[in-house]
Amino acid sequence: MSTRLAPKHQRLVLLAIALVVLIAAALIAAWGLRSQASYFYVPSDLIAKPPAPGQAIRLGGMVQKGSLKTDADGVTIHFMVGDGKAHVPVSYSGIVPDLFTEGSGVVAEGRLAPGGTFVADNLLAKHDENYVPRELKDMTEAQKQAAVQETTK
Amino acid sequence: MHGFANPARFLRIARALTAPLLAAGLVLAAAALVYGLFYAPAERLQGDTVRILFIHVPAAWLGMAGWSGIAVASFVEIVWRHPLAGIAARACAGPGAFFAALCLVSGSLWGRPAWGTWWVWDGRLTSMLVLLFLYFGYMALAGATSREGGSGRIVAIFGLVGAINIPIIHYSVIWWNSLHQPPSLGMGGSAMAGPFLGGLLVSTLGFTLIFGGVVLARMRALLAEIQAEARLRRKAFEG
Repeated sequence: MSTRLAPKHQRLVLLAIALVVLIAAALIAAWGLRSQASYFYVPSDLIAKPPAPGQAIRLGGMVQKGSLKTDADGVTIHFMVGDGKAHVPVSYSGIVPDLFTEGSGVVAEGRLAPGGTFVADNLLAKHDENYVPRELKDMTEAQKQAAVQETTK
Repeated sequence: MHGFANPARFLRIARALTAPLLAAGLVLAAAALVYGLFYAPAERLQGDTVRILFIHVPAAWLGMAGWSGIAVASFVEIVWRHPLAGIAARACAGPGAFFAALCLVSGSLWGRPAWGTWWVWDGRLTSMLVLLFLYFGYMALAGATSREGGSGRIVAIFGLVGAINIPIIHYSVIWWNSLHQPPSLGMGGSAMAGPFLGGLLVSTLGFTLIFGGVVLARMRALLAEIQAEARLRRKAFEG
């Protein structure tokens, strides 16, 4: 370089380099954390890499439609948690959160029992990104379609 | 941009803008909150707790926008040594911290009925809490340098480095499995029905205008403080 940069251009270049390095470092950190920073495992993770028996983990996924059954005692429930590729049976006894229903997301804290059933000691409901007014429930299928079309345009 | 470097001209514009911004923001935010509390429909699964949305989402947006403002102003301060940039960055910190805290509190109140827990250490909640702590650190550092006369550039560097948390907050729900839901609003469209979306946009606009008005008012106060201090110092030398 034959001409010297003006001081403010020097600062601009230095700062740009520093920012690029900082962003790269953060991306590498985020990449390194990709499995550790997840709040739960999905059923296919559990089947691909089964945890040690008795190890406390969280399992997340969708409560499969038609799988929810309540025992005779009224507080123990059984259901299947799926992620579209695999599913795991879950049992839990206790009070469920308001948003817990079939076809909706759930995070279960507990451990995998020897039989392959996931025994949960705590259930958290997971809300998805869809916000639908309650009235839509009473609409006909065609009206519902039209309303959903309108919101997802 | 250096047209605004003249504090007298900036003060003239800021003085004219502060009151209208605050008034328009208060009207819009109040209207959106009344709508949200009394007229918006209950949500299919969440029921009435969905109404927290009209505070929670604007608060989250302004908590993150506040630090983005700090970062941009810090960049301008370091590179161009713009005399108002450092003041603008400091003025964003207080309101930004307030909205970040409001976001965490309103989210926690919603989480108890909806998720079944006040708090979890998932990626989104944790990174938002880190943002609040960064605000506290920034305000302590800015306060210490103005009291004890250190270099303002250290504050600006802290503002820039802290900005790395903003994309982490945004992408936390996409990169990692989290209890918090992914974004409902994106460039492509909205997964939110009209009655929620309309109220949310008005409420976000209203709170953003209030934020702008408060930042301008704080910048004027900081400038007045600097002027008063300079005057005192001059008097001390003369006397």
